[in-house]
Amino acid sequence: MIEVLDDWCKGCEICVNRCPVQALEISEIMNKKGVRVPRLKAVNKCHQCRLCEQLCPDFAITVIKEEKEEGEEKECKLIIGGVCAD
Amino acid sequence: MSEMINQTEMREKYLRKGMLPSIFCNGCGHGSSLDYTFRAIEELGLDLDNMVFASGIGCSSRIPGYINADGLHTTHGRSLAFATGVKAANPELDVVVFSGDGDATGIGGNHFIHAARRNIDITVIILNNFIYGMTGGQVAPTSPKGTIATTAPYGNLEGAFDISELAKSLGAAYVARWPVFYPSQPIKSIKDAIQTKGFSLVELMSPCPTAYGRRNKLGNIKKLWDWYEDNSILAEEYDKIMNYGTDEEKAETINKIKIGVFQHTEKVGFFEAYEEQIANLMANDDKKWGGSK
Repeated sequence: MIEVLDDWCKGCEICVNRCPVQALEISEIMNKKGVRVPRLKAVNKCHQCRLCEQLCPDFAITVIKEEKEEGEEKECKLIIGGVCAD
Repeated sequence: MSEMINQTEMREKYLRKGMLPSIFCNGCGHGSSLDYTFRAIEELGLDLDNMVFASGIGCSSRIPGYINADGLHTTHGRSLAFATGVKAANPELDVVVFSGDGDATGIGGNHFIHAARRNIDITVIILNNFIYGMTGGQVAPTSPKGTIATTAPYGNLEGAFDISELAKSLGAAYVARWPVFYPSQPIKSIKDAIQTKGFSLVELMSPCPTAYGRRNKLGNIKKLWDWYEDNSILAEEYDKIMNYGTDEEKAETINKIKIGVFQHTEKVGFFEAYEEQIANLMANDDKKWGGSK
């Protein structure tokens, strides 16, 4: 899950552009400055690499670790030695 | 590897929340650099009460204002002089200087080279955006040849300063240069720089979309960040291509910016050497030199 502190976001879209799996998009939600803030897409593709959290120049994004639910299979993006390393 | 600190906790622990959102423009890399510094401090387990952050004048020098620790916002280019004073008064403190490229190499050029030469035990983080951003985009000593700026409307004719090469030749203990859009390398470099004894420099290339990118037609924020990615190359790879590459590869690579760790040695800092000298003189307290024996 991704938590965005809406009022600190300036809308630079670095998180959206730099996401390795294109999990984020610019939503319709506006903050008090009239900036459209990023949100996860309807289909959750996030692998919690936390790149957006580290890159965000305005300290606005927090990636909250989710435990994988039973039976839920995600597409593996990084395979090392035949094992999923996500 | 231990779990990285959560951004929400980091905001509470390290930031003066009343000062934010920051004054930095949309797409500026300075905020990311501050983020990396926090993560490096967290990983080292340092206490913010035992640290001092100093800065001069400029966009990057606003940074200590956002850190929930003691800070000095000093005169233009003189942050290193103030930091030297802090370190002299209390060598126990970890002193980190945030400086811009114009602040460190333009206005405070002499302070920078002499602090490096004397090997004062401080960490300097230079945020290089190739231009004087805050005052409206004048040519800085680090602006590449051909840069369009308010004081060079037809292109800059002067050659650019290579801050890392300069510090390396002055014998700084730690020298590294990274672009801001790779998080892990700057975090590791800042960690190493704080731990290394002696003058340590981390140069972070921070994109400036407002003053640099816009005038030089580098496009929007995404294109500007990509431009930095396309125009930087690891120092080892650069050397390899220069030695063994074809002419085409060489022509492609020659104007790229080298990134990586350029120097990593352990050196005795100035104040340690000074205390050692005093101890030696006290031990050999000779009348010849005005002593008592």
